[in-house]
Amino acid sequence: MQNKVLTIALAAGLGLTATAAHAQTLDAVKAKGYIQCGVTGGVPGFSAPDANNVWAGLEVDFCRAVAAAIFDDPDAVRYTPLTSQERFAALSAGEIDILSRTTTWTMSRDTDLGISFVGTMYYDGQGFMVRVEDGIESALDLSGAAVCIESGTTTELNAADYFAANGMDFTPVVFTDQDEVVKAFEDGRCDVYTTDASALAAERSKFGTPDDYVILPEIISKEPLGPVVRQGDDQWFKINRWAYYALVEAEELGVTQANVDEMLGSDNPAVRRLLGVEGEFGTPLGLTNDWAYRIVKHIGNYGESYDRHVGPNTEIGLERGLNALWTDGGLQYAMPIR
Amino acid sequence: MSLSYVREEMVPPQPAPVRTTGVIAWARQNLFATPFDAVMTVIGVAFLIWAIPPIYNFIFPTFLGGDAVPPGGTVEDCRAAGAGACWAYISARMSFFIYGFYPPAEYWRPNLVFLLGALLIVPLLWPRAPFKRINALLFFVVYPIICYYLLNGGVFGLRRVPTEQWGGLLVTLIISLVGIICSMPIGILLALGRQSKLPIIKTLCVMFIELWRAVPLITILFMASIMLPLFMPQGTTVDKLLRALVGVTLFSSAYLAEVIRGGLQALPRGQYEAASSLGLSYWKSMGLIILPQALKHVIPGIVNSFIALFKDTSLVSIVGIFDLLNTVQAASSDINWSSPTQAVTGYLFAAFVFWIFCFAMSRYSIWMERRLDTGHKR
Repeated sequence: MQNKVLTIALAAGLGLTATAAHAQTLDAVKAKGYIQCGVTGGVPGFSAPDANNVWAGLEVDFCRAVAAAIFDDPDAVRYTPLTSQERFAALSAGEIDILSRTTTWTMSRDTDLGISFVGTMYYDGQGFMVRVEDGIESALDLSGAAVCIESGTTTELNAADYFAANGMDFTPVVFTDQDEVVKAFEDGRCDVYTTDASALAAERSKFGTPDDYVILPEIISKEPLGPVVRQGDDQWFKINRWAYYALVEAEELGVTQANVDEMLGSDNPAVRRLLGVEGEFGTPLGLTNDWAYRIVKHIGNYGESYDRHVGPNTEIGLERGLNALWTDGGLQYAMPIR
Repeated sequence: MSLSYVREEMVPPQPAPVRTTGVIAWARQNLFATPFDAVMTVIGVAFLIWAIPPIYNFIFPTFLGGDAVPPGGTVEDCRAAGAGACWAYISARMSFFIYGFYPPAEYWRPNLVFLLGALLIVPLLWPRAPFKRINALLFFVVYPIICYYLLNGGVFGLRRVPTEQWGGLLVTLIISLVGIICSMPIGILLALGRQSKLPIIKTLCVMFIELWRAVPLITILFMASIMLPLFMPQGTTVDKLLRALVGVTLFSSAYLAEVIRGGLQALPRGQYEAASSLGLSYWKSMGLIILPQALKHVIPGIVNSFIALFKDTSLVSIVGIFDLLNTVQAASSDINWSSPTQAVTGYLFAAFVFWIFCFAMSRYSIWMERRLDTGHKR
């Protein structure tokens, strides 16, 4: 603590500017021995403290994957819980190395904020939940409905757009807090609850009788959630991007946490390249050639991580949907490693 | 024969008329004195009869006749229709509420900190305990240093635990204790400075106090956690918890300064003159004569500030520090315990913990006020 204060005083005194140490996040990370990862304050399945008070989730797994690739140790990560207001400032200021916090990839964020989106860990979108007893089967039947919404979110705007575009009217019932919205919906103060589909599923599982509620099939907005890094350090950006591709590629090639060691002896050249048996793909990134092997060994592939945290067998129970591999009709697609 | 016009023996004492004693008289006097009172009483009783049973059923576990799920219950019990508070969830996640993300293998360290704190603070608060001076030195100087190294680690072979992993009640207590201990001397100095005859000191103190009092604590915390990093050179980061600590301390010291200034102004001028006529220096007259009286006058105000500070610590949750309230909020999204009453139970628990600490502070201050009462009461 003393040293830090001294450093600040010195730096302030010398009038150093914030341009110097932009590049070389990898060196800094290697020097300190861990990755600082910005997460949510608790979104189940994505990043939330588990029963042992350890951060877990799909987005946490991404930071763990990068740590595994660099250090061969998925636990070389420290987590900074951030509010949605703080997240970009914390990243720009260098307080965190990766922001993996249910952040929607939008153009203005990508171009204005001095940050770069690495990829899409989860394709989310806004959906609707209604009571089964109301017998509504499609969002197009919702004309005239009272809709519970959290205020000040893109959700509110999306809902207004959707109803206007389909020539329907609705009564917004607006609250400032997610818990209030859910309570209002449960108490019957509105007919429909709308937010991101992943959150709908999580909230549904909290109801006393989840089976009384149904999530409508329509998804009315695009909410691609992905990890973010600072702009201006291409090496670090590429490490993160390829860590994400490695997770997806491993699933596509059928490499899992369980069979990764067998797969080292595979005849498939794509598998051999992924796991570093053939070619030099790690060193240009500043990593070792078995970087992807380490990721799969410690974290598993994308599908395994998905099933572990948000998949149909978890309490959250999200189907793969858009997040299936491209070969299964989804959008998850890794650039070829060659 | 004797004739007497007055009684020869005393009339035996009779019980007082039923209307003037006992429950009935009390009720007549206090509850049904006028028709309006009677109506209000009936409404009040009806309200209690309407309100209390559901609250009782919600809070108290099944073995006390309520609907709540006692510790040890399962999540299915909590999800069942009509179930009350889910205390099983609180007990299952208790370690998270107390230690946050502190590694379980190292729980002995916060425990030791709690224990040491309790051992040191009890004799300090108990007026008749001996060795006050050493005790105070230990608590105010040695204890914080020990706590820092014990919790943070990195020395004597202790594993380093960065402050991001601290959380729960531990962090709430750290912030409030540091805030209370540090803001008191700063507040006293600011109050004295504001009364100073030296223009620079006076202006600086007035500016400091007015600036910090004029800004909401939330704004200060936001500034510290969002704006500050942007002003600083890349790579230099100040610990997030430290930033919050400094913000909370300075904020509360500005308030304390004004409370203490009230006490200083309440003293008659003669006290200052008497101190000067004894030939005491400024600091001696302040330390021996003025401050002891001034501080005694404003004990309620000071304790009020401390209680406010203790409750305000929950605001650090908005900058992503896991104090007690924030751990409760984070755990309320725990999908393994998701039930209709999960969030409510968490907040009830947090409210109860805060109430215990604030109530204890308030009681202690009342007791201390009575003890120090030297007959100035008006």
